[in-house]
Amino acid sequence: MPRRPIIENGRNFAWITQKVCGIVEGRTPQWWWVAFVISCMVSSFTLMGLVYLVSTGTGVWGLRSPVMWGWAIVNFVFWIGIGHAGTLISAILCLLRQKWRTSINRAAEAMTIFAVVCAGIFPLFHVGRVWFGWWLLPIPNSNAIWPNFRSPLEWDVFAVSTYGTVSLLFWYMGLIPDLATLRDRTRMVFEKRVAEAKTGFAVGFEKAYFVFRKYFYGILAMGWRGSNRHWSNYEMAYLLLAGLATPLVLSVHTVVSFDFAVANLPGWHTTIFPPYFVAGAIFSGFGMVLTLMLPLRALFGLQDLITQYHIDCMCKICLATGSMVGYAYAMEFFIAWYGANPYEGFAFVNRAFGQYAWAYWIMISCNVITPQFFWFKWARKNLMLVWILSCFINVGMWFERFVITVSSLANDFMPSNWDYYSPTVVDIFTFFGTFGLFGVLFLLFIRFLPLLAFAEIKANSPDADVHRDSHH
Amino acid sequence: MSKTYGILALFDTPPAIYEAAKSVRKAGYTKWDVITPCPLHGMDGAMGITRSKVPIFTFIGGFIGFWVGMFIAWYMGAYDYPLIVNGMPYFSPIFPFPVAYEMTILLAAFGTLGGMFVTNRLPMHYHPVMNYDRFERLTDDKFAVIIEAEDALFDMQKTREFLESFGPAEVTVITDEEEAE
Repeated sequence: MPRRPIIENGRNFAWITQKVCGIVEGRTPQWWWVAFVISCMVSSFTLMGLVYLVSTGTGVWGLRSPVMWGWAIVNFVFWIGIGHAGTLISAILCLLRQKWRTSINRAAEAMTIFAVVCAGIFPLFHVGRVWFGWWLLPIPNSNAIWPNFRSPLEWDVFAVSTYGTVSLLFWYMGLIPDLATLRDRTRMVFEKRVAEAKTGFAVGFEKAYFVFRKYFYGILAMGWRGSNRHWSNYEMAYLLLAGLATPLVLSVHTVVSFDFAVANLPGWHTTIFPPYFVAGAIFSGFGMVLTLMLPLRALFGLQDLITQYHIDCMCKICLATGSMVGYAYAMEFFIAWYGANPYEGFAFVNRAFGQYAWAYWIMISCNVITPQFFWFKWARKNLMLVWILSCFINVGMWFERFVITVSSLANDFMPSNWDYYSPTVVDIFTFFGTFGLFGVLFLLFIRFLPLLAFAEIKANSPDADVHRDSHH
Repeated sequence: MSKTYGILALFDTPPAIYEAAKSVRKAGYTKWDVITPCPLHGMDGAMGITRSKVPIFTFIGGFIGFWVGMFIAWYMGAYDYPLIVNGMPYFSPIFPFPVAYEMTILLAAFGTLGGMFVTNRLPMHYHPVMNYDRFERLTDDKFAVIIEAEDALFDMQKTREFLESFGPAEVTVITDEEEAE
């Protein structure tokens, strides 16, 4: 069976460059401004929510005994999980030599970084007195006490900050050759745009914009010149970063799951958590990649670079990881029964039939049933359906974290201690606003940086084969 | 006065540049380079480039990271301010392992990126090859071989004829204007 091409219609190098650079070099589309303004407005909800929280106290988040971890930790795990698909695509699929990754890795890595930004807000403000947030870091403070390295929450500080930093480094290194291309095209674009400018003001704007672009891309490109002696070191560094990011991404969600698994609470204290959380994170992340990439592909006409083959691959990964998550749900129940611990047994029966049963069944239907559609080619080909299903995955994975966090805390060992937790309007606004923040960052990325890693796409295209003429 | 940096030959396809690179190496030139918009598989072999030194930087970063992670846990929790937690020992290599693990990856990643910059001598915002009037095509869809004037075998006439023998799209002399004073 011949391999499916990762670029359709035999597009050549020049076409790829023009297509991807054209997105950044063209005029700002009207929809971009509309989306940007809406995103800014939405993100103001987070700002207001946080201002109110800092000025009043964490009580405004509906946190009270016994549920001291509410939406904040749910949202944190949700956003961190989203990020994991980006690293999976850029690192693990690179090591596995999955060439189709090159069309989507740039946007997915951007998604990772912005998701980590959104995630970081919640634990930082959950500490209450956010101005003491630096006590989390191993910096001497006025009490002469250092952080407790036995706490999984401290491990999380290291894991998440390392994850954010390494993702940024990896992303930046991948951008360097593409930024050099944009740098080299700056003058050509300026000449074209200034010729179109009608008024003196427009010419002045183009000149200012040219200076900005010249320095912005020029400085960031680091003087990259495409020398093969450089490519040799670059490729080695890329492979090494992929090799480093792979154990990192697996460790990050493992450490996040330790936040729960190290506690003695029924429903949390299980050894299945690390692999189950990692599978869930990849599942949710691919859901988000599909949610973002399908509209972008249509808006920018990228059908030749993000083909049906790419969508099929992503759907299949959703199917595989979604099924792993479903297996983990079943295995949790089995072990709760097989372990014969009455508290553990109760925690799981309570999840499915107790006061949070509604959340549990939303989770099951979104996470276990939804991806099963991806077995079928007709479903993967219906892009509207794929997009809707990917949204269901996002919702389902948020509810998974809600079920795990809240149902175990609200109904723990002693019925006298039980309560029903509900979020407050501040919780809802703060979380809602992070989608705006994510949108603002992603829209800026689309506008100023190359959306697709075109140097990598070229390297994997048949045109880059040095033995092409001698093939029989 | 501007100084000659080298002679550049422009090619349209990867197979053409690959063959040219093999011949330039065979002819015995040592100070020369190939400029491509993307890494070409097999080009390192054709140019005789040895294995990259970047892994050394990665290892140094990772090694330091691991021991820094372990050291801070010991220094802070056992030496500087012994922290009593459930009567457990002040230090054990097990509990700070996640911290040391993350520090290993963090510093190894910095080592890798830093190593890539050091081995490539970047950032270098000016390089004579950027004086080539069609340089922007070299990060787009064209390929070039450049033989430097400093090479022992370099001869303005002979090197030019040598490069022209591969049938390039064009052959140009590149000057280094920054040397002019």
